[in-house]
Amino acid sequence: MALLSPTKPAQPRDGSDDRPPRRLGFSQRLGRLDVKVSPYLYISPFFLLFAVVGLFPLAYTAVVSVYEWNLLGGQGEFVGMQNYVDVLQQPTFWKSVGNTFSIFLFSSVPQVIMAITIAALLDQNLRAATFWRMGVLVPFIVAPVAISMIFGRLFADQYGFINELLGLVGIDPIAWHGDRIASHVAIATMVNYRWTGYNTLIFLAAMQAVPRDLYEAAVIDGAGRVRQFFSVTVPQIRATVIFVVITSTVGGMQIFDEVRMYDAGGLGGPNRDWMTTVVYLYDVAWGNQKNFGRAAAVAWLLFLIIVAVGMVNFLMTQRIATAGPKGAKISRRHTKRLMAEARAAAARGETPTTSAPPGGTPGPQPGSPPPPPVDPPPQPSADSPTTNSGEDVR
Amino acid sequence: MSSVAVTAQTAGAGAARAAAKRRQRKVPLGGSARRAGRLTYFLLGAVLLISIFPLYYTLLLGSSDPVAIAQNPIPQWLPDSSLFSQFATVITDSNINFWKALWNSTLIGVFSSLSVVFFSTLAGYSFAKLNFRGRGPLLVFVIATMAVPVQLGIIPLYILMSEIGWYGQVQAVIVPGLVTAFGVFWMTQYLSEALPYELIEAARVDGASMFRTFWSVAMPAALPAAAMLGLFQFVQQWTNYFWPSIILTSDNPTLPLVVQSLRDNYFVDYSLVMGGVFLVTLPLLIMFFFVGRQLVAGIMAGAVKG
Repeated sequence: MALLSPTKPAQPRDGSDDRPPRRLGFSQRLGRLDVKVSPYLYISPFFLLFAVVGLFPLAYTAVVSVYEWNLLGGQGEFVGMQNYVDVLQQPTFWKSVGNTFSIFLFSSVPQVIMAITIAALLDQNLRAATFWRMGVLVPFIVAPVAISMIFGRLFADQYGFINELLGLVGIDPIAWHGDRIASHVAIATMVNYRWTGYNTLIFLAAMQAVPRDLYEAAVIDGAGRVRQFFSVTVPQIRATVIFVVITSTVGGMQIFDEVRMYDAGGLGGPNRDWMTTVVYLYDVAWGNQKNFGRAAAVAWLLFLIIVAVGMVNFLMTQRIATAGPKGAKISRRHTKRLMAEARAAAARGETPTTSAPPGGTPGPQPGSPPPPPVDPPPQPSADSPTTNSGEDVR
Repeated sequence: MSSVAVTAQTAGAGAARAAAKRRQRKVPLGGSARRAGRLTYFLLGAVLLISIFPLYYTLLLGSSDPVAIAQNPIPQWLPDSSLFSQFATVITDSNINFWKALWNSTLIGVFSSLSVVFFSTLAGYSFAKLNFRGRGPLLVFVIATMAVPVQLGIIPLYILMSEIGWYGQVQAVIVPGLVTAFGVFWMTQYLSEALPYELIEAARVDGASMFRTFWSVAMPAALPAAAMLGLFQFVQQWTNYFWPSIILTSDNPTLPLVVQSLRDNYFVDYSLVMGGVFLVTLPLLIMFFFVGRQLVAGIMAGAVKG
């Protein structure tokens, strides 16, 4: 700023002392105010709108949940924790929680594995790379309700395409709309169909950030393709894996669209065998009970469940993250154990069974712990701005 | 090549011999340096097939008739012109309100993505490049809200919207979609790297006001990330069903609600339903054909930064 100061110090004039003392003009004061206030002004639209449509409703859910409150009658009298007691006593609530967890497991685990595998396929010197990348993203633009209608037909109990395929390999038709676990698999398949490609691209981006010389070093050490994948790629993209798992948890606990369109009723079948907790919430509030108080209690309970699962996730991933590159404690213990084993083996007169990497290369440090052979220098983004903010996932 | 000798010095003769042997056998290098083999193309082809097949299957069912669908998993192998009569039925049916749904979805998608892009860029610019008290904690707050399932506040939101008379109105869907925490975080990340301070200073020295600086310097710099954010938000709003299904009615629907209407009105006529499902998907498919490349690049760009 000082570079282009508007005064001209080059020519000292003799009359310079006569000038009146500088006063801040109106526009200058305005300018100073501009600098002070603008940052707050710029972030305020987000915070104001978000407070009104995001945080306030979430907090107010707690208020609604302690009142008798109906869709038609509106606010009733204060009932304390009665709504929570009522909800917790309903077997359908517990069934829906079980369904939610089951569907979540069937969707998240295979999805991450498939996404990493496809990303590894894409992470090569491909012809028409963009074409393949776009190809995996196509399902992402299909609305979940449309996917649900289509897959409801693919997974039809009678003359369904999937059952027909299974018949070709000699498997009896499966009651996708009758059996509880089968329905969970079908619904999880819809979730996987939509999100695998998306997560593939995130993994692919992380894989492309892995330094190439790590692979060269691995090749020199005699690692083949598969070994490179498990010993270089996977440890390097661990942070991204954690990120994808966490975001898919928040989304996976709130599955709604897929269930609503899976059959004619849209409430999880006659026995509520595939009703998720969000669908249950919907049913309590706008379905047969029209009871906002109880539905709000369900919302808060689900909120707590999601937070709890998130915490478990976080702790688990923390452990994984620290067990990796800087696991001094673990490695020392591990080394001790290895040495003890070796001593015992020596006492028995055998050779120690610590496996050396194939290819005859001597390990860098004999007796070193198994954690990833390469020390990842820059971690590829744990908290990248990749996906879905919680509110609009699925 | 002297690398064998180098390896022999650094890792021992055994390692050097092994490396030489590997090199003779042409052990492929991992990562994108590796040239893809036939197996890769075959597997990727299979993935592509699985991605596309459900949509193609929709076309097949839409071309068929309900009786054939009920008796045969694959009523025919190629779509035919009867598909268009299904389209015509869906478009003209007065219970479905297809055009209104298309208009509403477009309106919601455009408004929401423009607004998210503008407000996110504004806030992201402030967080990334301006100094003010409380910047750090506020940014942490934004990031924390990304993990909060805001969807669960749906009951008070419904009460609020009903109170102000927006039940069944499009603005009830537009307003909650005007800002996202994800958008702010995304633009903050992008601008903190993509926009040099020198540019901002130059504009200030030239006498531009704060907002003028934002508009003429930060906005153009943010364009690539803004395009991706807008696309992403558009797709999210276009495919959104949960909240619209609660606050809107079939008289004034969005496209995902059309799917629901089709199911409720024509559950027995699967070919008509599927024709409609394809019709609902078509606009985004066309859009994807033109801007899918940017969407892919954007998702990948977002994944590595941070």
